[in-house]
Amino acid sequence: MAQIKAKIISNKKLKKNYWHLEFESGMVAKNAIAGQFVDIRVNDSNEPLLRRPISIHGVNKTRVKLMYEIVGNGTQILSEKKPGDLLDIIGPLGNGFEYSRIAKKPDCPQAVLVAGGMGVAPLVFLAEKIKPNRPLVLIGAKKREQILCPKEFKALGCKIMIATDDGSLGFKGKVTDLLKEVLLKGVDNKKLINIYACGPQPMLKAIAQISCEDNISSQLSLERHMACGFGACLGCVVSTKAGYKRVCKDGPVFSGKELTW
Amino acid sequence: MVKKAKLDLSVNLGNLDLKNPIMVASGTFGYAEEFKDLMDLKKLGAIVTKTITLKPRLGNLPPRTCETPAGMLNSIGLENPGVDRFIKEKLPFLKKLGIPVIVSIAAEDSPEEFSILVRELEKINTVAAIELNISCPNMQKDKLISQDPADTFALVSAVRELTSKCLITKLSPNVTSISGVALAAQEAGSNAVALINTFTGMSIDVHKRAPKLGSWVGGLSGPAIRPVAVRMVWEAYNKIKIPIIGMGGIMDIDSALEFLIAGATAVSVGTANFINPKASLEIISGLRQYMADNNIANLSNITGRLQACKN
Repeated sequence: MAQIKAKIISNKKLKKNYWHLEFESGMVAKNAIAGQFVDIRVNDSNEPLLRRPISIHGVNKTRVKLMYEIVGNGTQILSEKKPGDLLDIIGPLGNGFEYSRIAKKPDCPQAVLVAGGMGVAPLVFLAEKIKPNRPLVLIGAKKREQILCPKEFKALGCKIMIATDDGSLGFKGKVTDLLKEVLLKGVDNKKLINIYACGPQPMLKAIAQISCEDNISSQLSLERHMACGFGACLGCVVSTKAGYKRVCKDGPVFSGKELTW
Repeated sequence: MVKKAKLDLSVNLGNLDLKNPIMVASGTFGYAEEFKDLMDLKKLGAIVTKTITLKPRLGNLPPRTCETPAGMLNSIGLENPGVDRFIKEKLPFLKKLGIPVIVSIAAEDSPEEFSILVRELEKINTVAAIELNISCPNMQKDKLISQDPADTFALVSAVRELTSKCLITKLSPNVTSISGVALAAQEAGSNAVALINTFTGMSIDVHKRAPKLGSWVGGLSGPAIRPVAVRMVWEAYNKIKIPIIGMGGIMDIDSALEFLIAGATAVSVGTANFINPKASLEIISGLRQYMADNNIANLSNITGRLQACKN
């Protein structure tokens, strides 16, 4: 982890409020684990005051890709950055997903990636890291237009299933209901499944419940407002069986079995 | 023109000498180890630890922070491992740094806890000074010790008898007269006062019609509070003789200088540590530059040297 000034290579609108940003940093690219994030200071003024934590979406040699949604003034300012601009970054931060075992062995558990909305961002990077596993990816959103990154997952050789609340694409209903269907129908031995998920809180909570009830291993990536991003302020804590833990430092990835909601 | 090598940045806080007046504020710097990859810690004038209590403390219900205009609210609630684990797990790293370590302490239920903590810390050489946090706004108390000059006097007097170490009393800005409380701390034998802790504030999510913080209210910090903090330092400086450690929204050299000119002997960088971890070190080099540029060899020619407004 270090604080760097990184040169922006590209910053492009993907669709609607979703953007792709690529910056140059051999250090971050080399050290990044899927599920980690960078903490960005979008300008030198006091508005906004705090850094913005954004998931690492992928790496390409010495370049790091981010995907973000414009949700407020911080991400709005970020979207106005031009190639060549320098970005004040601290990273890579957080623990990231644990995937060393499933990426290599041929007989390892099947990875099931569950993404809700913007939750696809770190999971594309994970899919890249565990490509030989050929993960099954479940993508959920309210409607068709909000289904993100199916092409990226396909290009990585993943099997994809889609759920929309309004049924405009794929399964009609919550992505967690789709997950239940997949688990109920398709899998005999649930020990052979590892779930990796990122998305809104109710989705993660439902997955934690499924993972506890069916005794399935799950790793959930949480999102919280942060003040520092590197473990100093104790502002972003979540409740776990072992007491409060910091999302920025002890997380953002937690086991579904350790969180108490 | 004074050569940079000849500049004297050292300051004295009663019975504690610092090589420079730039410190980091309690609660914004963890136990320093959190910052080891981000800056050269040894350059700091002093480190003030996150507040320690007698027993481990879980802290407040999340969410614990929220951003506000040019500031932030926090309601961490003094989460800390307790004094025993602090000594065992956190102090060894601080010891290695070789710079003054100021341990911030607070009581949860009874003021007597301050005495027990001071007795404990008095025995430890690594502890250069003790900061009495009698002003944390996140303890769900009706009244803080530092909101009452008599209570402040009683508490500081009680612990003064127990230690020869430098005692710093950290005061709350949520009072009518900051100088009255500062005077009480001085009369009771405090070596210095730290001005100021955070302002009690509140922020509301209008869509949910709910407070943004889990404990409803929290402490406001950051540039938003700076003018009030500077005014309070200036007010206290005119009334007391002991050194003042000024803080409240210091982000850069100019904001640090405001506090020094208003009368602070030293300053603490707080919220800025979250945003720009190198802020304190940038301020140290900025101070050298300012002194060289203005032909000032000694910091005493800055502290309190406020001049009348010239048009």
